[in-house]
Amino acid sequence: MSRYILRRLIQAIPVLLGATLLIYAIVFALPGDPIAALAGEKRMDPDIVDVLREQYHLNDPFLVQYWHYIVGLLGGDFGTTFAGVGVGDIMAGKFQVTINLAVTALVMEAVIGVGLGLYAALRHGGAGDSLILAATLVLISVPVLVTGFVLQLLLGVRLKQAGIDLFPVAGVSEGWRGYLLPGFVLAGTSIAYLTRLTRNSLVEIMRTDYIRTAVAKGLPRSRVVGRHALRNALIPLITYLGADLGALMGGAVITETIFNLPGIGQQLFSSVYLREQPVVVGIVTVLVLIYILANLVVDLLYAVLDPRIRYE
Amino acid sequence: MKKTSTPMVPAGRAPGGEPLLVVDDLHVEFTTRQGVVRAVNGVSYSLNPGETLAVLGESGSGKSVTAQAIMGILDTPPARVSRGEIRFRGTDLLRLPEEARSRIRGRRIAMIFQDALSALNPVFTVGFQIGEMFRVHRGASRRDAEKKAIELMDRVRIPGARQRVHDYPHQFSGGMRQRIMIAMSIALDPEVLIADEPTTALDVTVQAQIMELLAELRRESDMGLILITHDLGVVADVADRIAVMYGGRIVEKAPVHDIYRTPAHPYAKGLLDSVPRVDQKGQELFAIKGMPPNLLDMPSGCSFHPRCPYRQDDCVTDAPPLYEIGPTRASACHYWREVLDGSHG
Repeated sequence: MSRYILRRLIQAIPVLLGATLLIYAIVFALPGDPIAALAGEKRMDPDIVDVLREQYHLNDPFLVQYWHYIVGLLGGDFGTTFAGVGVGDIMAGKFQVTINLAVTALVMEAVIGVGLGLYAALRHGGAGDSLILAATLVLISVPVLVTGFVLQLLLGVRLKQAGIDLFPVAGVSEGWRGYLLPGFVLAGTSIAYLTRLTRNSLVEIMRTDYIRTAVAKGLPRSRVVGRHALRNALIPLITYLGADLGALMGGAVITETIFNLPGIGQQLFSSVYLREQPVVVGIVTVLVLIYILANLVVDLLYAVLDPRIRYE
Repeated sequence: MKKTSTPMVPAGRAPGGEPLLVVDDLHVEFTTRQGVVRAVNGVSYSLNPGETLAVLGESGSGKSVTAQAIMGILDTPPARVSRGEIRFRGTDLLRLPEEARSRIRGRRIAMIFQDALSALNPVFTVGFQIGEMFRVHRGASRRDAEKKAIELMDRVRIPGARQRVHDYPHQFSGGMRQRIMIAMSIALDPEVLIADEPTTALDVTVQAQIMELLAELRRESDMGLILITHDLGVVADVADRIAVMYGGRIVEKAPVHDIYRTPAHPYAKGLLDSVPRVDQKGQELFAIKGMPPNLLDMPSGCSFHPRCPYRQDDCVTDAPPLYEIGPTRASACHYWREVLDGSHG
């Protein structure tokens, strides 16, 4: 098992290198000069420009620049922005916000998605099932931009006007409550997918021979469903949730912008705009790393949940 | 020796000396998109304590549906018991509330399924699945349940039971898996055990071992055994009586030796004639002509008439009742005498 984990981690290295190289190249290829952008409209002293270009290795060829970056990264140094701020420091605070948001979304996804899916599966073919299927279809079809602004208006603004102050309109100044609305918006489509996944796999599992055996054993229905069926249904659900954690963090760009949350999504957006190459590459590198680790954890959980799977 | 008792169904002998289990004029239909399928059409049979009844028939003959109706594990809907009674020690199970019924299921009437690999839950250890019977029905502790599970695995002769109790179903061979299935079903000393094609998924040599185990377990208690199969070879040594089903009906009932010597229904005779025999090596195998009946569109009269070599005109119009042709025998054929004579010849 530990050999398997080690092998997976070693396999992650080329993935990480490839991803950073790709994003580094894309940012490199962006038109415009970051040093010139630093000064805005004013013209800069050519000597200062030369010093800065030298300091940031901007006169070196692309691969040499990338090499400098990777060497720094291996030492835990994400570099500094052209304004002289450490990228690691910028990211630390922002990632905290995004992780809070993603975890809020993930918990909502798990609770609401599995709950609705279970309900629909146990009444499959009935009115409640049809209603849930229709509702999830709507949720999947409507883009985040729409659900975000609509919920912000209805639950953030109108509800407050009606005297019920439950959901802050934007920002994180009011603590965890500020994450509820954006968390739901971010989780929206995933909740819908997870509901359908839960429903469909449970409906299928309830038709299997081993569920018939469980019924023939005289077990109460709660145990047949809650123990025998759900335990098997968990296998695809965990896979989906784990893979979704990465997607949620990456997908936070729009949600964070709508709800004005100071997370990495917002930072990524403004850094691309300001051509802050080290920040963009740094954020993407960490996101790739989280994605890889989340997938590894899912694969390991898989072996715990399904005894037929063993890793050598 | 029976420990459990449900207030609704008395333990011990039923009033009037009725058998342990009586299926009486059972009708089961399935509602499908194409129409109503009458899977079981007036099936009656009975089982005494310590007796083995073999129910023989091909796929779609209604033998498994009858068993599932006894267990109360039919999917309703689409299935529906439209008529009949299933009396267990004199009490009609079909009229019992679900709560009382679930106290019988698994405890007093248990069932073994065909393919143990798919019938066992892949994510739980075999010890958990056997021990669950004691934990749920007897409130045993986790540790006691495991001890009981090991005892049962020993009893169905799984080598190294103590070491293997924490293994998962996929780690066992087919024969061992079926033994685990059997251990689970006999855990609470049921009064009736239904084995639905228990050996179909197994190698021939393993089949014999499993049948021997079932026969032995039946001898050790006065459990009644219903053995559902399509394989004539399997039943000869273990069954006391045979009920042959065709198209949702019983077409012949007889003690096992009578039916092997002198079948009284053309279908039963056809089945026996199609068993390969060493003394007929080199000859073409006999096969019953035609296809099993379409349950959505049953033939008129006797449902076997399109395939029957004894067919007369009235077979097409009049469905034969189950004629009593002897003190222990019955045949649903207008021309059972001719079939019997043919068997002798």
